[in-house]
Amino acid sequence: MDATKDSAQKSITGRGTEITAEERYYMASQSQLMWRKFRKHRLALISTVFLIAIYFLAFTYEFWAPYEMQTQHEDYLTAPPMVIRFVDSEGNLRAPFVYGTSNELNMDTFTREYVEDTSQIYPIQFFVRGQEYSFWGLFKSDLHFFGVENSKIFLLGTDGLGRDLLSRVLAGSRISLTIGLVGVFLAFTLGCVLGGISGYFGGATDTVIQRVVEFLISLPTTPLWLALSAAVPPRWSPIQVYFAISIILSIFGWAGLARVVRGKLLELREYDYVISARLAGGTDGYIIFSHLLPGFMSYLIVHLTMAIPGMILAETALSFLGLGIRAPAVSWGTLMQDAQNVRSIAIHPWLLAPGIIVIFVVLFFNFIGDGLRDAADPYKL
Amino acid sequence: MMNDVLLEIKNLRTYFKLHEGILKAIDGVSLAIGRNRVLGIVGESGCGKSVTARSILKLVPAPGKIEGEIWFHGGEKPVNLAALPPTGNAIRDIRGREIAMIFQEPMAAFSPVHTIGDQISEAIQTHQSLPKPEARGRTIEMLKQVGIPIPERRVDNYPHQMSGGMLQRAMIAMALSLRPKLLIADEPTTALDVTIQAQILRLMKRLQAELGMSIIFITHDLGVIANMADDVAVMYLGRVVEYGTVRQIFENPQHPYTQALMQSIPKLGSKGRGRLASIEGTVPVPLDPPRRCGFADRCVHFIPGRCDADVPPLIDTEAGHQVRCILYE
Amino acid sequence: MLNYVLRRLLYMVFTLVALSVVVFIIIQLPPGDYLTTYVASLQAQGTTVDDQEVAALRARYGLDASPIEQYWLWITNFVRGDMGRSFAYNRPVAELLADRLPLTIMLSVSTLFFVYLVAIPIGVYSALRQYSVGDYLLSIIGFIGMATPNFMLALILMYFFFKYFGISVGGLFSSEYVLEPWSLAKVWDMLQHLWVPVLVIGTAGTASIIRVMRSSLLDELGKQYVVTARAKGLSERRLTFKYPVRIAINPIVSTIGWQLPHIVSGETIIAIVLSLPTTGPLIYGALLNQDMFLAGSIVMMLSILTLIGTLISDILLVLVDPRISFEKKA
Repeated sequence: MDATKDSAQKSITGRGTEITAEERYYMASQSQLMWRKFRKHRLALISTVFLIAIYFLAFTYEFWAPYEMQTQHEDYLTAPPMVIRFVDSEGNLRAPFVYGTSNELNMDTFTREYVEDTSQIYPIQFFVRGQEYSFWGLFKSDLHFFGVENSKIFLLGTDGLGRDLLSRVLAGSRISLTIGLVGVFLAFTLGCVLGGISGYFGGATDTVIQRVVEFLISLPTTPLWLALSAAVPPRWSPIQVYFAISIILSIFGWAGLARVVRGKLLELREYDYVISARLAGGTDGYIIFSHLLPGFMSYLIVHLTMAIPGMILAETALSFLGLGIRAPAVSWGTLMQDAQNVRSIAIHPWLLAPGIIVIFVVLFFNFIGDGLRDAADPYKL
Repeated sequence: MMNDVLLEIKNLRTYFKLHEGILKAIDGVSLAIGRNRVLGIVGESGCGKSVTARSILKLVPAPGKIEGEIWFHGGEKPVNLAALPPTGNAIRDIRGREIAMIFQEPMAAFSPVHTIGDQISEAIQTHQSLPKPEARGRTIEMLKQVGIPIPERRVDNYPHQMSGGMLQRAMIAMALSLRPKLLIADEPTTALDVTIQAQILRLMKRLQAELGMSIIFITHDLGVIANMADDVAVMYLGRVVEYGTVRQIFENPQHPYTQALMQSIPKLGSKGRGRLASIEGTVPVPLDPPRRCGFADRCVHFIPGRCDADVPPLIDTEAGHQVRCILYE
Repeated sequence: MLNYVLRRLLYMVFTLVALSVVVFIIIQLPPGDYLTTYVASLQAQGTTVDDQEVAALRARYGLDASPIEQYWLWITNFVRGDMGRSFAYNRPVAELLADRLPLTIMLSVSTLFFVYLVAIPIGVYSALRQYSVGDYLLSIIGFIGMATPNFMLALILMYFFFKYFGISVGGLFSSEYVLEPWSLAKVWDMLQHLWVPVLVIGTAGTASIIRVMRSSLLDELGKQYVVTARAKGLSERRLTFKYPVRIAINPIVSTIGWQLPHIVSGETIIAIVLSLPTTGPLIYGALLNQDMFLAGSIVMMLSILTLIGTLISDILLVLVDPRISFEKKA
């Protein structure tokens, strides 16, 4: 409805010499139009901001994590999340702090019970020196975003070995968030090449590729993923396993994308504007780059956005079952392994935290995909 | 006089309240259509002619609001259609039975997954309690009447198995199956080939004579209007700008818009090699329109301070001929 | 129509051949062959292995032959119902599958029905009441449903029931029925346990089908034929269900083709989490133990299951949409 709105606001005739809002609308490029519509999708916009922040955290997690992810804090086995407080037990307002805790083994349930000690107040400090880490192997540092002195802080609690869950979730985000991107990139490349070949050549090639695509789409993926992941040799390094899992995820993921690319290509090829470009003597390269690509780039971006969360979920599931990412590397899925049986969840519900974060990330991706789809639809105003 | 009038529209206003403002699709239309007569409504796309047609049967989509009066004199006593609730029983009894409607795209106007026969006999059975075989018989009878060959076979066809012209015939059969007193034809021939157009127009004229009904014929095609209509209303931007008999409109067009329209028709045998006249500019969107003559921006006779001061009144220039232009004050 | 079905069946035969090759490769993937793993596991248990027996098994599975001959031997045996032996269970694979596959099929089909029975009415409601509070609420639930990994949902449900009702929702049978032979009481007991896995596996699918149904119906509601029906004087309810809802179902039918693989996929993982006596835990254990004949056979059977589902959905689509059968005939 932008056109009508602008025309109503500005002159109806459009005869004036200055560029009216209406004319600006008609002159806007495809990406400008998409951005304009995308901005209106409030949820998608907020999701974008959050996702960028989360990816930034994942990229630089060493700094944000208070501890090294493998460090075992023996005095804090399966400690519950600590609460950040602003008011102490006497009702005084203070800078953010946590109470110290002490624990004892409950001999009835054989579980450790943690009690806050309101006499011990540890203010949260920022930009503290702590454990040393190597940032992407580039340089060493011991600067952490936050921490407490003379005590420990576990905002998401700890696992059975006393490892800080927040640090592990942050560390896991690097694998969980990127494996989707790598997987989608591989699937996208395969899908574009094969879908493109299929749509471009047509005939027997098309038929064969389409049969393969239909075949792959009709298979149940999880059993096959499991089988392939189980075949990844146990000696492989974490990096090798990481890429092996990405490849396994994309083996079945490309088929859907190839189908989309082909379908869209075939559709666009028949459009009058493409035919008229050909009649006007446009070369294949010119037609592909200035007519076909803009026509479906937006469409592909939408599909890619929608495909990433699928990969994240798949990795989480594989790692959860112990067939994906392997220790010492951590992903959100491997962290969820600690929450496999109902008894441990019932006693330590904070072990579900990585799963909750997965839900949020996938939600953000879906909202963005939704917003992009609306924005990319030229018929929707 | 009142006896001759079948439908009387008084100061009809159909507004769409949108996020961006109020879209005044129809802004004060008054029309009357006599019994056994064909009223042609002509105008460019976006002038409000289709919305007028849909307003009569209260088929205006969601944010649309209808104000004014639409008196239908077909029943025992006059009914104001505009005041009826759009999904109530009262208007539903009139739809299809008293006033039927046919549409521009015959392909889109039938459901693709039901047979033609099913959709036509449904219209019959909605208003008359007929057993299925008899409704089917009536359907076949109607298909035959509109000139569909082998109607016993066609009745079980799906829309995709028929041509556009055939479907429009079937559409007419469906509309006329209950002998309505008024048929509203919303650009019924626009989507068809010229030869098929002529057939459909002949068919409609024949059936109008046979069945004795009134037709509101909506089109942007002046040739079709000249061929079909007894009376003509020229619409522009949600208002009737000129109204008269077909003779008055074609021989003595008075509104500058009508005149411009007439000049844009190519004439057979004219010697001139010049370009065909066309109207500058496009129809604006009536979103929160100012109170002025809607055609002022494109008018060659535009008088500053007069045309943009207020909406011109409808002026009688001769018997039965009205024009909405200050040039005739 | 018959022609179409026959052609589809022919395609399916080709697909099955392709599938069997994929599965055979998967069986061959782990290092070493089946028998070395078998012998190793027997020795690990302290059983002495008879060399003659090993040689006999070697011959039976053609382990010394070329891969192509091995494949041929495997697939011909498979077709005859001999799917090899599971060394972990020391039982024929076919027997193990006979125990578990029917439950997998039952669970998948129940979930499929659940998904469509829930999703279609909700999708219709959301479309007819577009932008209402109910529509928004259902959209939000749908988004969350699609974003939640199904095993996470299972864990949350288990946590919830354990914490607040003190009951465990795992399994398909109460403990007293697990070893019982089939009886009416056992079936009833199973039905009482069935809803948890069905809900968990079906949630994501339901959420996505609701969205498909909603947008498909919204598309149809604006179409000309709806106005035509209204102009005939039909009541809103009648015309809505006869025309747009009916037509919006068509794209839904075609989604069965990809819903079933999703459901079977989800079933595999949920069965592991909820410890259901279906093929899920079986394939999981088989993969961890590299019991490859068992794992391969399960992948094969599950894939065949989804292929049959796809075939059925394609035939259904032809039945409900006259336009398609027309194209095929032409």
